[in-house]
Amino acid sequence: MVLCALSIFGIVALIAAELMRGSNLAWSKFGLGFFLKTFIDPFSHQPNYWDPVNEHFSALPFIYGTLVSSFLALLMAVPLAIGVAVFLTEMCPQALRGPLAFLTELLAAIPSVIYGLWAMFVLVPLMREYVNPLLVKTLGWTGFFDDTNPTGLGFLTSGVILAVMILPIISSLTREVMVAVPHSQREAVLALGATRWEMIRMGVLRNARIGIVGAIILGLGRALGETMAVTMVIGNSLDIQRSLLANGNTMASVIANQYAEASNDLHLSALTEIGLALFFVTIIVNGLARILVWAVTRGAPARVN
Amino acid sequence: MDESKQKSDYVFRSRARAWIDGAATGLAIASTVLVVMPLVAIFIYLVYKGASSLNLDFFTQIPKPEGESGGGMANAILGSAILLGLASLIGVPIGIGGGIFLAEFGRGTKLAEAVRFTADVLNGVPSIVMGMAVYALVVTPQMPFSALAGGLALGIMMIPTVCRTTEEMLLMVPHAVREAALALGVPNWRSVLSITVKTASPGIITGCMLAFARVAGETAPLIFTAFGNAFWSTSLTRPIAALPLEIYKYANSPYDDQHRQAWAGALVLIVLIVLAVSLVRWVTSRGVLKGAS
Repeated sequence: MVLCALSIFGIVALIAAELMRGSNLAWSKFGLGFFLKTFIDPFSHQPNYWDPVNEHFSALPFIYGTLVSSFLALLMAVPLAIGVAVFLTEMCPQALRGPLAFLTELLAAIPSVIYGLWAMFVLVPLMREYVNPLLVKTLGWTGFFDDTNPTGLGFLTSGVILAVMILPIISSLTREVMVAVPHSQREAVLALGATRWEMIRMGVLRNARIGIVGAIILGLGRALGETMAVTMVIGNSLDIQRSLLANGNTMASVIANQYAEASNDLHLSALTEIGLALFFVTIIVNGLARILVWAVTRGAPARVN
Repeated sequence: MDESKQKSDYVFRSRARAWIDGAATGLAIASTVLVVMPLVAIFIYLVYKGASSLNLDFFTQIPKPEGESGGGMANAILGSAILLGLASLIGVPIGIGGGIFLAEFGRGTKLAEAVRFTADVLNGVPSIVMGMAVYALVVTPQMPFSALAGGLALGIMMIPTVCRTTEEMLLMVPHAVREAALALGVPNWRSVLSITVKTASPGIITGCMLAFARVAGETAPLIFTAFGNAFWSTSLTRPIAALPLEIYKYANSPYDDQHRQAWAGALVLIVLIVLAVSLVRWVTSRGVLKGAS
């Protein structure tokens, strides 16, 4: 039994060791510059981020894409997730609570590839026909929305599908930390004559805020590493573009797209290095999130979710 | 004068508070509706598209060459079954063993705390990273993409999930049961194996099913381990087809017929997963475990 438990450490060590071995070649060639700078074409003075043929590799566009799509997803998912958690723990009639919690759980269990399938055939046309033109018309002056990409794919679309995917994780964990707030806190605030919202704000959300931040960071961890759905709708471009409607690529999606058919050893190694970076980032993000959630729910009875 | 101003101030403020309360309630309800909507939309669309494309051929035929209509995903279903069988062989015993350690032998120790934390963190590591590690470990020029590599990647992913659910189920077993066994003079290991684990076994089994359902839909690690195969293949050392991989491939194809196949595959996958999740919920909420107390 101890061996089985220790195997978990073994797996983490194995992943780290294998990825380091695999990325050795790229690391020795590019060093830290892989994540920081890029090759500028001496003739056109345009940056050439990712060129397997001439062996110029830089992770910059993928780091940018990962950050942008995850940030968009959090922007959409966090307020909704907290709203759902508040509704389910504090307002919902008892009869609705079970089915609704079950529904959000189901949302978490749908495989990524099915979200991707749905996004490709329902969400993308929706964005292409209605949402994107509207955004270009109303917010085009900000420079973040331009109509150079007629496909409906891109950062915003992947942000939306990511938001749908991380919502259940954030909301179920938020629910967990809100349930862990002692009832006496709620009663005390209500006894002072607070309305229900004031009770939720002062008695519940304030006490649970560290755990809620943890839940959000955990959602971020999921968004950073989410692969299939994003790969299917982000459009797979190898450039950095300012427009949120432009095609892009995330760290995970470029791996999914190119790893199986990498053209040479350095290409494979560079992709592995992106994977290694993704591994470390998600370990740190998830570790942080767990610590924050534990800080709140510790002492609360064990629950199965 | 001053008093009446104070009073109107008070009235205004309590109105504002009531209004804010109502607005907050409304927002919470609206966000719940907004969240449930895509789920319902996905399900309805999936059932509608999937059911109209599902037929007997889907379960009995292998894919036709691109552009021809008809054919099915029989080889992918078989391939998924083989991959999941391999994964369970690796993930279930190790996961259960780890869970037993966390809940019984190592309870309260620093080691158990560290293992639990690592398992949770490992749960959040993207599946594609697991796939890359297995690729680097197993896939060599001598043995290229294979079913074995795919099964290993999925199995490793199962371990932390199985481990944590097993622990949670064991913790639900009432203390009185353990104490009763120990009071009869049964050694601790015996009490754990034949009393506690046995009491929690329905829960542990459903926990394994949950992990099974999770990895059943995994695509990313399979892209460069199992790779996919358009023909019948049961060899463990050759590339093998898998249902989620086929869905991914067909979704990106330009042919309508292949899109239909993708929807049908998605429906089969989702039915499997919904069944598993419902079962877990049923077991935990109905308190099958409480029967022991």
